[in-house]
Amino acid sequence: MSWTTVADLLGLVFLLMGAMLCLVAGIGLLRFPDLLTRMHAGTKPQVLGVLLVILGVGLRTRSGLDVGMLVLIGVFQLLTIPAGAHMVGRAGFRTGQVELADIHLGSRGRRLQPGAAPPGPSPAAGGQSGTGMPDRPQG
Amino acid sequence: MSLDLVETVLAWMIGGLLALSALLVLIRITIGPSVLDRVVGSDTLVSIVICSLGAQAALTDGSTTLPLLISLSLVGFMGSVAVARFVAKDRDPEVPK
Repeated sequence: MSWTTVADLLGLVFLLMGAMLCLVAGIGLLRFPDLLTRMHAGTKPQVLGVLLVILGVGLRTRSGLDVGMLVLIGVFQLLTIPAGAHMVGRAGFRTGQVELADIHLGSRGRRLQPGAAPPGPSPAAGGQSGTGMPDRPQG
Repeated sequence: MSLDLVETVLAWMIGGLLALSALLVLIRITIGPSVLDRVVGSDTLVSIVICSLGAQAALTDGSTTLPLLISLSLVGFMGSVAVARFVAKDRDPEVPK
């Protein structure tokens, strides 16, 4: 067996592991009861699954340009996934879809209530209350 | 057991697992009681599409879909950020949590 055959088979194994992570995410999204646990399950293929898949693709197509593009894909995934997950989790907390009894808030438990205005200057009347989010002091 | 047979079996397993996971995520997007559950499901579906296109590029030795993967991994989170910014308090009323 030459090393190209070994790299091909290793790439296939990495692809299979990425596909298994996707299946785990699907099962978790169906079975888990809460928004935060579903986010926990759904982030698996977005990080480790995609990294395994691009590792498998890089092991099978071994040219320089393809490997560069695969590195770019991994970097972009690692940059954009925390932003999206943070926005979704924050929106879920602010619209009251996260049970406060399920999470440990520590010393912030009394200050932060879902759907309530954060501490600070009281929000002006009106504002963008139609969005379901508390008005924040600008700047 | 020859090498081609191993590659064929592994390719079918990869495709089957990806299709099954996409089906499960689609069920969650359909029945998800709130908008944010559907957003999480669609995010996961985008990453499954990225995995599928990567597997297709690896199994057919064609690198024409890799720029598509770059653009998907760049802008795939825009929709979830936009929905999460403007989401309101709503939930499907007849579905228990």
